[in-house]
Amino acid sequence: MSNHGEAGHAGAGNAHPAVTARTFIWVWIGLVALTAIEVYLGYIELQAKLMLTLLLGLSVIKAGLIMAWFMHLKYEKRSLTIWLVISALFCIGMMMVYFYWDSVRLAHLRS
Amino acid sequence: MHDVKSEAISSPWSGGASPFAMGSKKLGMWLFIVSDTLTFSALLITYSYSRLNSPNWPRPFPFYPSIVFATGMTIVLLASSLTMVFAVAAAAKGKRATAVKWILATMFFGATFIGLHVREWFHLIEEGLRPTSNAWGSPLFGAVFFGVTGLHMTHVAIGVIYLGIVSLGFGKGKFSPEDVEVSGLYWHFVDLVWMFVFPMVYIMSISPK
Repeated sequence: MSNHGEAGHAGAGNAHPAVTARTFIWVWIGLVALTAIEVYLGYIELQAKLMLTLLLGLSVIKAGLIMAWFMHLKYEKRSLTIWLVISALFCIGMMMVYFYWDSVRLAHLRS
Repeated sequence: MHDVKSEAISSPWSGGASPFAMGSKKLGMWLFIVSDTLTFSALLITYSYSRLNSPNWPRPFPFYPSIVFATGMTIVLLASSLTMVFAVAAAAKGKRATAVKWILATMFFGATFIGLHVREWFHLIEEGLRPTSNAWGSPLFGAVFFGVTGLHMTHVAIGVIYLGIVSLGFGKGKFSPEDVEVSGLYWHFVDLVWMFVFPMVYIMSISPK
């Protein structure tokens, strides 16, 4: 704590347990492995809906790994994670409510 | 007696405990990240909307060069996140020179990502892809492709500049370890967005045999 004694440096930085470099490297290897699985999925014959579901599922896992370890969310206050994730999911959910049915309707109009 | 006014000026937060027990810069970056998440979500939903209602949506990406390049770009971007994590860890320990070196490595990977992506763009432009037309199918493909990947590339470019400023300031001792951590949050977010762009735009559009 020697060279950053600025006022207002409340709780940031050194309070949480140090994560070792080895852990970060394992997380990275996991992310690369999930990417490899995604590319593999692209080359086996899958139904589009199933493939999209699998790909997005893997992406959510990757996003979770990045947020938890790389962005340190695992070691911040749990209330922050809850607020951020709920507010983002709510807004994305609002967008999702309309788009699918309207898009399918438009496809029927066109055909 | 306490002079309330001077105390309010000297301390950035005098309301007791900081919200979420973090500095205001870090909280500000988190709030920005949520709003930027919504920007990218809107773009990706627009893409899904256009694709779902177009009967002739093209799937133009061959294994080489497109998928090989895009996979390489993904690994490069993930590597840049790893070096950024090491930069933040070194900064928290007060190792300024080490932190600056890791930030420079992150910038190098970021620049490599942009270089590979621009090559990929030029390859597609040579094949006739434009924002308003292409030789394969729905003309919306170009608008969506350049819109999504272009906004992401802009974020990477801004990130490289941002990290450059942070590495200079932190090397000189002007910036605190928290500033490095905040720039790291932005960088990881740009990486996170690509984790959705890569499967949705590239893997879902691999050209059929």
